Amino acid sequence: MSYKLQFAELLPYWNVLLYGLAFTIVLTVVSTVAGIAVGTAGAAARTFGPGWLGRVVAVYVELIRNTPFIVQLFFIFFGLPALGLKLSETTAAFLAMVINLGAYSTEIIRAGIEAVPKGHIEAGLSLAMSKWEVLRHVVLNQAFRKIYPALSSQIIIVMLGSAVVSQISAEDLTYAANFVASRNFRNFEVYLLAALAYLLLALLTRSLLRALGRVIFKAR
Amino acid sequence: MSLVSIRDVRKSFGTNEVLKGVSLDIAKGDVVAIIGRSGSGKSTLLRCINGLETYQSGSIVADGIEVAGAATNLRELRRHVGMVFQQFNLFPHLTAAENVMLAPTVVNKVSKAEARATAAEVLAKVGLSEKMDAYPSELSGGQQQRVAIARSLAMRPKVLLCDEITSALDPELVNEVLRVVEQLAREGMTLILVTHEMRFARDVGTKLVFMHHGKVHEEGVPKEVFAAPRTPELQQFVGQVG
Ligand SMILES: Nc1ncnc2c1ncn2[C@@H]1O[C@H](COP(=O)(O)OP(=O)(O)O)[C@@H](O)[C@H]1O
Ligand SMILES: [Mg+2]
Repeated sequence: MSYKLQFAELLPYWNVLLYGLAFTIVLTVVSTVAGIAVGTAGAAARTFGPGWLGRVVAVYVELIRNTPFIVQLFFIFFGLPALGLKLSETTAAFLAMVINLGAYSTEIIRAGIEAVPKGHIEAGLSLAMSKWEVLRHVVLNQAFRKIYPALSSQIIIVMLGSAVVSQISAEDLTYAANFVASRNFRNFEVYLLAALAYLLLALLTRSLLRALGRVIFKAR
Repeated sequence: MSLVSIRDVRKSFGTNEVLKGVSLDIAKGDVVAIIGRSGSGKSTLLRCINGLETYQSGSIVADGIEVAGAATNLRELRRHVGMVFQQFNLFPHLTAAENVMLAPTVVNKVSKAEARATAAEVLAKVGLSEKMDAYPSELSGGQQQRVAIARSLAMRPKVLLCDEITSALDPELVNEVLRVVEQLAREGMTLILVTHEMRFARDVGTKLVFMHHGKVHEEGVPKEVFAAPRTPELQQFVGQVG
């Protein structure tokens, strides 16, 4: 164990690494927002929508939850062109992330909706609200409050899992690390730095989500 | 003309017939107390009146609106027919005032300010002016139930359905809720109450309905019916609870 760390050799590539970090952050934020929007719609369809729509959503959820993310990504990027749908690396990466988080959050949010007492829904209906108004004003707030920790964990999982998009050359943090390592051969330093960056990002995201949760669901 | 007219209503859950031809006429200002054993169909009957349950045959007309399956204008019906539940069902993420304001703002599209004024008025009526900004978790059961009553009143219903609204309360909290209901009755509100409070049914009710096995088994003026129940089933029931 006499390896000498040479972090200085990463310096010439700081802009590549920074770009990768920024890509990963933007990818995570966008897919979190869009994925939760998809998840909310999916969960609403499964619990409050017509039966056929609920079944369509169920198939989507099971399809995504029972296949590897990397295969979903490859299917979108390498598979879809066969149907004439050719996406850029970046678009494919974002799309795959949203579809993936959308499926997982559908399940999480659905569990939250189903945990809301039926009596609250009936009380809302008895006040002449439509079921969509009840969903929006009575159910969702309570549901999100209940599943917020689970959803937060899923966001972190997806953020870390996003490293896979480097496999289609979307220029995220892992892609940047691969790139630098292939140039200066400082694999140890590069991947140590990348690992630290992911670790920091995960811890930061966790505390950010916790703070956000405290604001949205202010303490009673 | 009756405000609520129920004609030969039959309702089954699967093969279990729960309402076996119920007919009732309720006039404006009536205070109808529905009593009967658990499982006799009391809740189901109330829930049919505001469309929370559908029924298979017969007819229900409430304030001129026919309650008839998919074609019913449920929104219009429920603006006229309020309901209060045994379990209060306050929305836990909203304060007392916000609970009361929700339906007026969402359904009737009144302004926040106007809704808040209405909330202040109805919460004062149930004696909870100081609790406007309290969350349900900060209120006692009796207070929560009074907020639930105020929440229904904010929609200015013509009829209020109350399903055992004191049954989930500690005994010492029952009276504060009953007093509110009694005041509503005095003001002329039409009330249909499922209750186990026999004294209340006798003293405040204008009409007593005894349900047994999915039918109206006996009905009449509460004082007379309690003084001389005609059927052995009601005699036995009154003997048990009274
Ligand atoms: N949603 C339901 N599904 C199936 N059976 C039900 C449902 N609701 C009520 N019942 C049945 O209908 C009967 C009458 O119930 P209910 O109207 O609640 O009686 P009560 O309010 O007089 O106690 C009971 O046998 C009950 O089990
Ligand atoms: Mg009941």
